[in-house]
Amino acid sequence: MSGVSDFIARPRTIGETWVWLTGMGLVAALVMIIGLFGFICYRGVIVFWPTTIVELELSQEAQERFGLPEKIAGRYLGESPRVAWPSTVDEMRPGGGLPEKKYFIGNEESYGSRFGAFTSDEVVARTKPLNLLVAERLEFGEAFLYPVEIKLSNGGAISADSPDFLTLFREELNQINQRRKAIQRLEKVQIGQISWRIEKLRTEERGIRRKGEPVSSSDAARLERIEEELSGLENRYRVFALEARSLRELQGASHLVYRLPHGELDEISLDKVNRVYAPNRLNLWQKVRLYVESLHLFLTESPRESNTAGGIFPAIFGTFVMTVLMSAAVLPFGVIAALYLHEYARQGPLVRLVRISVLNLAGVPSIVFGVFGLGFFVYFIGGGIDSLFFSERLPTATFGTGGIFWASLTLALMTVPVVIVATEEALAAVPAGLREASYACGASKWQTTVRVLIPGSLPGILTGLILAMARGAGEVAPLMLVGVVKLAPSLPINLVPPFIHLDRKFMHLGFHIYDLGFQSPNAEAALPMVFASTVLLILLVVVLNIGAILLRNHLRRKYTTDTF
Amino acid sequence: MSIDAPDFPIRAELPETPKKVEEQDERFIEVKDYSFFYGKKQVLSNLSFDIPERQVTAFIGPSGCGKSTLLRSFNRLNELVENSWQTGDIRIQGESIFSKNLDVISLRRRAGMIFQKSNPFPKTVYENVVYGLKVAGIRKKAVLDEIVERSLKGAALWDEVKDYLHENAHSLSGGQQQRLCIARVIATEPQILLLDEPCSALDPIATGKIEELIHELKKRFTVLIVTHNMQQAARVSDRTAFFYEGKLVEYRNTEDIFLNPMNPRTEAYVSGRFG
Repeated sequence: MSGVSDFIARPRTIGETWVWLTGMGLVAALVMIIGLFGFICYRGVIVFWPTTIVELELSQEAQERFGLPEKIAGRYLGESPRVAWPSTVDEMRPGGGLPEKKYFIGNEESYGSRFGAFTSDEVVARTKPLNLLVAERLEFGEAFLYPVEIKLSNGGAISADSPDFLTLFREELNQINQRRKAIQRLEKVQIGQISWRIEKLRTEERGIRRKGEPVSSSDAARLERIEEELSGLENRYRVFALEARSLRELQGASHLVYRLPHGELDEISLDKVNRVYAPNRLNLWQKVRLYVESLHLFLTESPRESNTAGGIFPAIFGTFVMTVLMSAAVLPFGVIAALYLHEYARQGPLVRLVRISVLNLAGVPSIVFGVFGLGFFVYFIGGGIDSLFFSERLPTATFGTGGIFWASLTLALMTVPVVIVATEEALAAVPAGLREASYACGASKWQTTVRVLIPGSLPGILTGLILAMARGAGEVAPLMLVGVVKLAPSLPINLVPPFIHLDRKFMHLGFHIYDLGFQSPNAEAALPMVFASTVLLILLVVVLNIGAILLRNHLRRKYTTDTF
Repeated sequence: MSIDAPDFPIRAELPETPKKVEEQDERFIEVKDYSFFYGKKQVLSNLSFDIPERQVTAFIGPSGCGKSTLLRSFNRLNELVENSWQTGDIRIQGESIFSKNLDVISLRRRAGMIFQKSNPFPKTVYENVVYGLKVAGIRKKAVLDEIVERSLKGAALWDEVKDYLHENAHSLSGGQQQRLCIARVIATEPQILLLDEPCSALDPIATGKIEELIHELKKRFTVLIVTHNMQQAARVSDRTAFFYEGKLVEYRNTEDIFLNPMNPRTEAYVSGRFG
């Protein structure tokens, strides 16, 4: 008796304790998300921060052990215990278990490795020399060096002792970089346009010749004209090529003479240097400027040195174009399918079966879609297009090989269930009163659909598109089969006619991360780029989503149906 | 509030047959042995009565008696419900609305409906009024502008919204929204107005405006109104039909049904003893 009343009097409800569990679940999820995102952002953001470079004097044993000279310069990376696995069967690696400091030592071509890790015994002295320069080179990565002089093309020289050496050096470099860009433009745009035209004419010529003998008079006239135009184009090509070659000769004319920390003299053509800075002489403001400059280069340049250096613009652009194309394909396709399923199909077992199949399609592993895309889009449809429209070019495949168009369609197919489900839900959420009002005004079913249902469900449809984009933009596995490449020679949209090249292979941030981090021969050097690319991929997805969310909110305001 | 009484000197190019202005057709709508079913459930059974032209006929009865279903039969909106079917016939001006030759869209233009909960489209006031015209294929701006003004005046809303024609209709008050729905319906020049408890979600002032409006509207339209409010039925209608469990219990002049009901059930209902 008293037990029961006690129980009732106790101010708590049975099951309240579970609230703790749900709260803890949420906290755990948040910690994981924030932790992961914070870590990636931190590692991605500090990549371009200029840090000091130290000069290390190595002990005799260390020099012998690592095959390094007496003095090296390096960027400190971090400390960890040395792994003590045996270097030969009966000899343990010296210093095993001791903490070792890891440095990026640069000058790969001289030292044979870009990294060194030394215990405190192995380093005799550490200094921060002010006149040390970091040179970002187009090959072999960064170099840490002491400048001696610059030999100019006109035979003159700038000595490193002169007070404005760095300014003059930068001016010279700037000029060379501008010229390099001019050469690239010349080759890619002007010469590219000519080659495109030549290629087109050659293809046409081949097509006419393939018809066999006898050549009809109109064809013969056409061939003659093609021949004429080709020779004109080839002349123009020669002019541009000559211009490019003369510019190239200028490029190699000036050199930097420098001294490595251990005293060895060397020289490098300035054409091979991208940027220089004196890391130990920078104040905070200069560091920020350098950081912004590095970030800008990273975002706008093409990759170099098997993607471990340079920028990732082609990957950003490829991801963006692919996602937009995918959205453009998936939206009408999904909305039309959902409209039929929800509005027109007679609800019954068959429609239920279709709906379940669509839902299950969303759970199919993405690589399966990749295989399907390869078989269906690339080989079947692409091959068909090639044999119908591009038969002159065969056996070179145009659409019969992976490309951005097929990749977008494959992803659209993968994400279409998301859009269908969202659209159906949005259609169901349009108030019945609006539907009835439209019918009562004498609208037909189609008019009601177009004028009331679709506008009313647009916010919901866009939510579906946002989810589809979030899934599609980060997907990598299927892309590897249908058109993504490690390094694309040109962008899918550029200045060479026909300007939009949907048949082209493209670069993708997700694949870039995979390739850099796990397929690169120089994974260690690529690690910072992996983090930076990851941050960028996340940012790109966030930006695309925010864009879609803003659009959705705008539409929601416009088509809102409040209940009073 | 004074109602800006609309005059209609100009008839727009609407696909409507001109109404006879002088005589009233006592048998404008004929309901003949009409029964309606949702699946196996019978909602209306064997109704037979006539509705006169250009008068207000009120349908009253307790909830679930089928009066709304009957109202929605006149523009065949019940067809949207799956598994619904009917027997018997409803004729408007002698023509069966279930005839194979009759286009349901033209029927809905002839019999416009106003719903219990006002349901303006989430578009501008202007777009709401011209909706029925646009779906009928009328595109001329001048014609549309004129009809918008005429319809809004006819719904006693013009003075209140003439400066807000291109604002979202959802920014209007509840009563204004309901009058906008009336304007939307009369824009297509129907013959019949079907009002399904048009004031049930409105405050007394807004209700008063709508009731005044109904008095105006009956000069031009045949008005059928479903209502739960006895006073409203007494105030606005010329005839009243009392339904109970899908059957027509009593159908007479409003005055008679309220002052002198013949059926004891009608008496009990109108005097508020059940319902």
